[in-house]
Amino acid sequence: MRLNRAAYLAAEIVTPLAVVLIVLWFTNAQPSFFLPPLQDVVAAFIGNWLFALVPEHLVPSLARLFTGYIAAIVIGVGAGVLIGKVPEIRRQATPVVEFLRAIPPPALLPFTLIAFGTGDAAKVILIALVCVWPILLNTVDGITGVESTLRETGESYRIGRWDTLLHVDLRAASPQIFAGMRASLPLAIIIMVISEMVGATNGIGFFIVQAQRTFAIPDMWSGIILLGILGYLLNLVFTLVERGALAWYHGSRADVR
Amino acid sequence: MTVISPMRSVRPAPPRSAAPPSAGVLSKVWRRISSLGGALALILIAELLTRLELLPAQYFPPPSVVLGRLVTLMLEAAFWQAVGLTLLGWAIALGIAALIAIPLGVLLGTSELVYRATRPIVEFLRPVPSVALIPLVFLMFPPGSLDGKVFLAAFAATWPLLIQVIYGVRSINPTQLATARSFQIGRLRTFFRVVLPAATPYLATGLRISATVALILAITGEIIMGAPGIGLEINRARQGGDVPMMYAYVIVGGVLGMVLNSGFAALERRVLHWHASQRGGTR
Amino acid sequence: MLTLENVSKLYGEAGSGTLAVKDLSFEIGENEVVTIVGPSGCGKTTVLKLMAGLLAPSSGNITIDGRPVVRPPEQIALVFQDYVNSLYPWMTVGDNVAFPLKRKVRDRVERRERVMSAVESVGLAGFLDRYPWQLSGGMQQRVAIARGLAYQPKILLMDEPFGALDAQTRADLEDLVLKVRDEFGVTVVFVTHDIDESVYLADRVLVMGPRPTFIEADLAVDLPSPRDQIETKELPEFGRVRSDIYRRIRRSSELMRTENLRTVKA
Repeated sequence: MRLNRAAYLAAEIVTPLAVVLIVLWFTNAQPSFFLPPLQDVVAAFIGNWLFALVPEHLVPSLARLFTGYIAAIVIGVGAGVLIGKVPEIRRQATPVVEFLRAIPPPALLPFTLIAFGTGDAAKVILIALVCVWPILLNTVDGITGVESTLRETGESYRIGRWDTLLHVDLRAASPQIFAGMRASLPLAIIIMVISEMVGATNGIGFFIVQAQRTFAIPDMWSGIILLGILGYLLNLVFTLVERGALAWYHGSRADVR
Repeated sequence: MTVISPMRSVRPAPPRSAAPPSAGVLSKVWRRISSLGGALALILIAELLTRLELLPAQYFPPPSVVLGRLVTLMLEAAFWQAVGLTLLGWAIALGIAALIAIPLGVLLGTSELVYRATRPIVEFLRPVPSVALIPLVFLMFPPGSLDGKVFLAAFAATWPLLIQVIYGVRSINPTQLATARSFQIGRLRTFFRVVLPAATPYLATGLRISATVALILAITGEIIMGAPGIGLEINRARQGGDVPMMYAYVIVGGVLGMVLNSGFAALERRVLHWHASQRGGTR
Repeated sequence: MLTLENVSKLYGEAGSGTLAVKDLSFEIGENEVVTIVGPSGCGKTTVLKLMAGLLAPSSGNITIDGRPVVRPPEQIALVFQDYVNSLYPWMTVGDNVAFPLKRKVRDRVERRERVMSAVESVGLAGFLDRYPWQLSGGMQQRVAIARGLAYQPKILLMDEPFGALDAQTRADLEDLVLKVRDEFGVTVVFVTHDIDESVYLADRVLVMGPRPTFIEADLAVDLPSPRDQIETKELPEFGRVRSDIYRRIRRSSELMRTENLRTVKA
């Protein structure tokens, strides 16, 4: 059944609206312990996150998130380039990397608690430790996947090592590297949250658990919604950055149909 | 969402040489073993560093001690019970996720109207980190229950599978559909013989991702909510100060992760084999 | 200037590998256009890579200006057939042309000048800030040529550069090659499977034999300069050389085909 554009647009707008209304009605008509009336949750959200608790919980969370994520990028790309360019290192590193990346991230939480305590550093380290793998592996893939003609061009023109690395290898691998960074982003958020649920004194994760423990349910939901919005926004920002950095990639692909 | 480097090429293979067969097998085996040399070296270095107290033995027990503990653990029933419980939770969660995501994905993928209508909702709910629901699970389920863990893991695992199934169903080439229609093949048959096979590689990818996610969330549930399983043992070990045991269970987690991932990756490869691989994957 | 003496190239192990090149010898001098033709699959690309220093010979000598070629020599610039993957898509035309010069020419102003002159001579003066993928195939190949020219090599080595382009573009680019040879005084070694093209461009044509390849014939092309796509091709000499080459290649192709069948059957 082919409908015209207006119908689809209408569906896209009406359906979420309808869902919100249904939730509003449902939570008011059948108030339950876990599902407080929608307006209470909205009120809690406005009260908490616009902007009262931002410095106390949101800022530390984001600070830890970014620090860990950036650390993962630096280490992941750096190590990835090294592993990708030296075949012998790649051979040796592969079993180690494959094992370490398979460790389910939450299992590392107690490890960091023991080794690094409960401070910010431990959380940042955990985030970095978990997020480094997709970035590293994708960097290796990107570096080793550089088209042979591109390589030979560089060789035939005797392009220097440093120039090759910066201007050819890294650029050519950047779509793949960005894919790794994109895969690490939700991981970073997850780790940030769970690291704040155990042994923490601030942060969104801490806030949510705290709210649950003190039965401040609307607050709890406000935190959950905040995390959803955060995830959405971070993804959006990432997409915009990627689009800018990979403009050449998208442009060149648009031609190849 | 997934990206292939544009630089990947299918290089024409240089003219092959036929090496004598016996040397081939031996050298293959050697190659496999020698690639573990680096891992071995790392373990030996760690052993040295921890024995020499360059790394505090309290937090970093020597690998030999950890491995020894692991071996003794494997002789205990409690160990296998924990592993079994983790896997049980994982399997149920994955099953639930599949039961929800596959039919729903097919529905959303097939009907343009339903897809467009639900897209904003899906896009809004998708980025919610499943771990954010942990407090909710605390409320809804008794502490340390299997159900709570399964709920969490199933919720998390549903999304990647759903997205992949939707992509898969929508990826069907309209030309193929038109061909089927021109041959008067009925809707149902078209669905099972044309649409579903085209979606299978995406389904396989989705299962692999979901399997990983389900394991992660199952163990998260065990660590944070105290549900029985590997995660709980890790926590217990940490709280009881039995650091080698903690590491031993972490290793078990890694092995489990590897086994599951290679299993699903192998399945995915087999399915992708039959289809033109138009998408790369992130790892 | 560039000399290959008794060069052989073996892929794989002795006794069980593939001999791609056997006992190949020729010389390339200053300021000439030498084209290399041969049947499909005879090993033209291998010979080209040997010349460019991208491959090492299994035996024999390759020297340029008397010195042995162990890695890509500074005097040679390469233009590949696959321009899509030879030009860097993240760099503009200007940056692409300038990139190999960074080491050779330290002075920015001089680099800019070289780039401008090269880009102008291939007719892409206004396109410096475009990206390669925004240009047509022919224009992209012009960029690749400009890049080679800016490098100011003694030899411009071209590997079937126009194979992926349409006939009209090909004709234009062939004339471009002759033009830049006159302008820059550079030697051009041009590998092609197009026999007409090989005769049209050449001062000399090297005809390659079937695999394992060698130089079957070194034909002088006695056609007047400047060449013209219509007039030159009407000359009897053109037809004569062309037919000579064609016959040789046809024979070589036959030989290679029966050879392949023979090995398949076995």
